[in-house]
Amino acid sequence: MSLSHIFPTYFKIEIDRDLCKKCKRCTNHCSYGALSFNGERIVAEDDKCVACQRCVTMCPGKAIRVVRNESYLPPHGNYTRRIRNIIWAQSGNGGVLLSATGNDRPIRSIFDDLLLDACQVTNPAIDPLRETIETKVFFGRRPNKLDFSMDEGDPSKVSLKTEFYPHFEIDMPIMVGHMSLGSISYNACMAIYQASKELNILAGSGEGGLHPDFYEYGPNIISEVASGRFGVDINYLHNVAGLEIKIGQGAKPGHGGHLPGEKVNTLISQTRMIPKGSDALSPYPHHDIYSIEDLAQLIAALKEATRYKVPVGVKIAAVHNSAPIAVGIVRGGADFLTLDGFRGGTGAAPRIIRDHAGIPIELAIASVDQRLRDEGLRDEITLVAGGSIRYSADLIKAIALGADVGMCCLPVLIAMGCRMCQQCFRGLCSWGIATQNEYLVKRLDIDVARNRIINLFHSWNEELKEVLGAMGIDSVESLRSNRDRLRYIGPNPRIAEILGVKHAGE
Amino acid sequence: MRWENYTSPSEKFRNERVFDGCGITGFINIDGTLTKGDKIIEMLEILHDRENGLGAGFAAYGIYPQYKDFYALHFLFDNDQIRLNTEDFLSSKGVVVFSEPIPTKQPSNVDKPPIVWRMFYEPKEMKSLSQDEQMVQLVMEVNEKIEGAFIMSSGKNMGVFKGNGWSHEIAEYYKIKDYEAYMWLGHSRFPTNTPGWWGGAHPFNLLGTSVVHNGEITSYGTNMRYLESFGYKCTLFTDTEVIAYLFDLLVRRHKLPIPIVSLALAPPLFSEIESMDKKYQLALKNIRATYRSAMLNGPFSIVVGQNGHIPTLIGLTDRKKLRPLIAAISEDENTIYLSSEEASFKRLMLDSSKSFKFKEIWHPRSGTAVVARLGEGLIRNGLELPFENLQLSVMGV
Repeated sequence: MSLSHIFPTYFKIEIDRDLCKKCKRCTNHCSYGALSFNGERIVAEDDKCVACQRCVTMCPGKAIRVVRNESYLPPHGNYTRRIRNIIWAQSGNGGVLLSATGNDRPIRSIFDDLLLDACQVTNPAIDPLRETIETKVFFGRRPNKLDFSMDEGDPSKVSLKTEFYPHFEIDMPIMVGHMSLGSISYNACMAIYQASKELNILAGSGEGGLHPDFYEYGPNIISEVASGRFGVDINYLHNVAGLEIKIGQGAKPGHGGHLPGEKVNTLISQTRMIPKGSDALSPYPHHDIYSIEDLAQLIAALKEATRYKVPVGVKIAAVHNSAPIAVGIVRGGADFLTLDGFRGGTGAAPRIIRDHAGIPIELAIASVDQRLRDEGLRDEITLVAGGSIRYSADLIKAIALGADVGMCCLPVLIAMGCRMCQQCFRGLCSWGIATQNEYLVKRLDIDVARNRIINLFHSWNEELKEVLGAMGIDSVESLRSNRDRLRYIGPNPRIAEILGVKHAGE
Repeated sequence: MRWENYTSPSEKFRNERVFDGCGITGFINIDGTLTKGDKIIEMLEILHDRENGLGAGFAAYGIYPQYKDFYALHFLFDNDQIRLNTEDFLSSKGVVVFSEPIPTKQPSNVDKPPIVWRMFYEPKEMKSLSQDEQMVQLVMEVNEKIEGAFIMSSGKNMGVFKGNGWSHEIAEYYKIKDYEAYMWLGHSRFPTNTPGWWGGAHPFNLLGTSVVHNGEITSYGTNMRYLESFGYKCTLFTDTEVIAYLFDLLVRRHKLPIPIVSLALAPPLFSEIESMDKKYQLALKNIRATYRSAMLNGPFSIVVGQNGHIPTLIGLTDRKKLRPLIAAISEDENTIYLSSEEASFKRLMLDSSKSFKFKEIWHPRSGTAVVARLGEGLIRNGLELPFENLQLSVMGV
């Protein structure tokens, strides 16, 4: 590379030489090769640093700081540093740029423009410490009505004749999104599944199959059948709470899975049933699904294979036309529908897609929920929504807009130690989360990670109860689709219209 | 009384929901004996602190025996031309068997009183829709689309009388004392944020179902959107409307028995359900799962009258009982009473000319329905556990 194309780094590693004991621990912990020891002192290479903060955290002398590189590029309001970096990178390597986590463009969050209602005078607020507030939800398909009858001659005789579809209960309206073994480590998966079992919530398997060690957590796992069919065998289908056909993912609508070969070690190769070291690139479409009727066939085939005992759903990325697609999916027999918004996360996705394709989950929930209602289908199925549910406030607003269950991934990773350096696709995660390198994976203590996830969702659920109580609602069922309890304060009234939410003050 | 805003709220207050604190009362004579209106007036007027002169109303069942086979439509019209237009519209879809003004005691100092009218009506036979279903659509259409017309009630052999004023004024205006009914409901209102309008007073009615309600439904948005997916249009700017439609949906269209309806609207807590036998758990969990959007949240007490299959009086509160409801049975066990307050019953006992006596006065449990049926008596006293005294059979169990 010629000198003129070496561009300035984002970060700068500062080492306080007085505090540095030269113990070299940082050089062991830096998985990106940014720190080394030259025999005399620790040497930092800023251009390799991703600001994962591992060295900062692990340095016993607190001698390291990773700071922003203040080197000042000629300013330009349109060609931002970000755009220039993209051009430099592409003109250097000539390829499609990879990225990870979710869309990082500073696009206004609609969740942040929504405010919640609360009780005053005419209805009493409910104190969750003194009264019961319920957050249990049912997952799966429900009948449109129950067939109860009362005996004509004896009104004390009541009979119920409805046949029920498979459905189950979870204790919080929360699902950990699909992160496959492959995109994240064995230890990270184990911590998530253990936490999900403990909390009785759901976790997605991702499209990477299910390691036999995880079968015991099956009752809390939704396993994914994606276009690559990685790891799909009968055990994978039978031993889980629900099956989800993955059509799309919020971070990369129109794309399949991208698991770089660097991450495919023996463990991953066995679970996914693919050769070691090979890129696991699942096709963009399912090659047996070129239209809606093909999807209906796959739904039927999965139901048949599981003897109609396991709910089967479909996940789509939130795109312009989500609402009619969702109707087709429900009519095609799906028991639940998962919507993933444009900010949804990924372990690896082309940057161009991650940053520019799809629509915000808030709008997708609103239009899908409304359309399913217009067609009289909404209450029969479970609607799961994710794609940047960052904290309990987003979860609560997603439910009020129309979701049954909120799905999220990044908060779980952050709870386990992720600092969001956005390098998951490189397989070098210094925190042992998005890597398959055994040396790095060992850094993630399963028990600690599990407890942190439990704590996180416990606190979300308590905050959900606090909000429900303030609204005078004692069960989360009465918050779902209750857009009457939301108000909009953003700059664009048209958004409020699409959301079916009034403006604040109305 | 307020002589304005008969068929819709004033322009200023449209799109605003009305929150109320209210007095509700009702009773049913099990043997079908007709009782004059003064009794319900006494029961209601004594709840004086629960009203502020901004709305009251009555529902009377059994008042039109001579037209019992036709839908009795009670109207409010802004003027006579709208009345004629509406009658033309209805004639195009069926037969107006008889049409007349509802007798009122109209004060002389009002320039533009409402036209209060009743029609006895039979919709045309249709292959695709039952008569009830047609009437639901007609009522929705008139109330939504004909500016200046409002249907107060649409059941058979019953009627709703309501308006914007104190309960004693409304009673006097409609000459309630002159009607004789086997079942009465009464409502007096304390709305908090709008001056109210005549159509927005209680009872709310659809076909034979009338609801009087005290409280505020915090799940309004959820319930409204649920009902909309079944074709109901919530246009009345009040949460009581959704209760009337939920009863219509669950009782008339889904044919759920009343005790099951109450379990859908105010279900037991999961923690209670999980302590029950498997069969009850299965039934209750499926009720909650299927009717999760019908569940009413927030403080409420309601009294509902129905005359669909078997005329029924129902009382129900929210599952935390954040609004009062009290029940009583007469000494001869022929009359079941419900009210916001015991004062309604005490008031009847004070009447030395009649020597009323009650066999029992009791407080129903939270979220548990009191159900009394014509000809059968008190079939649920509101003190039972969900399936107590019911023999439940569940297919496959």
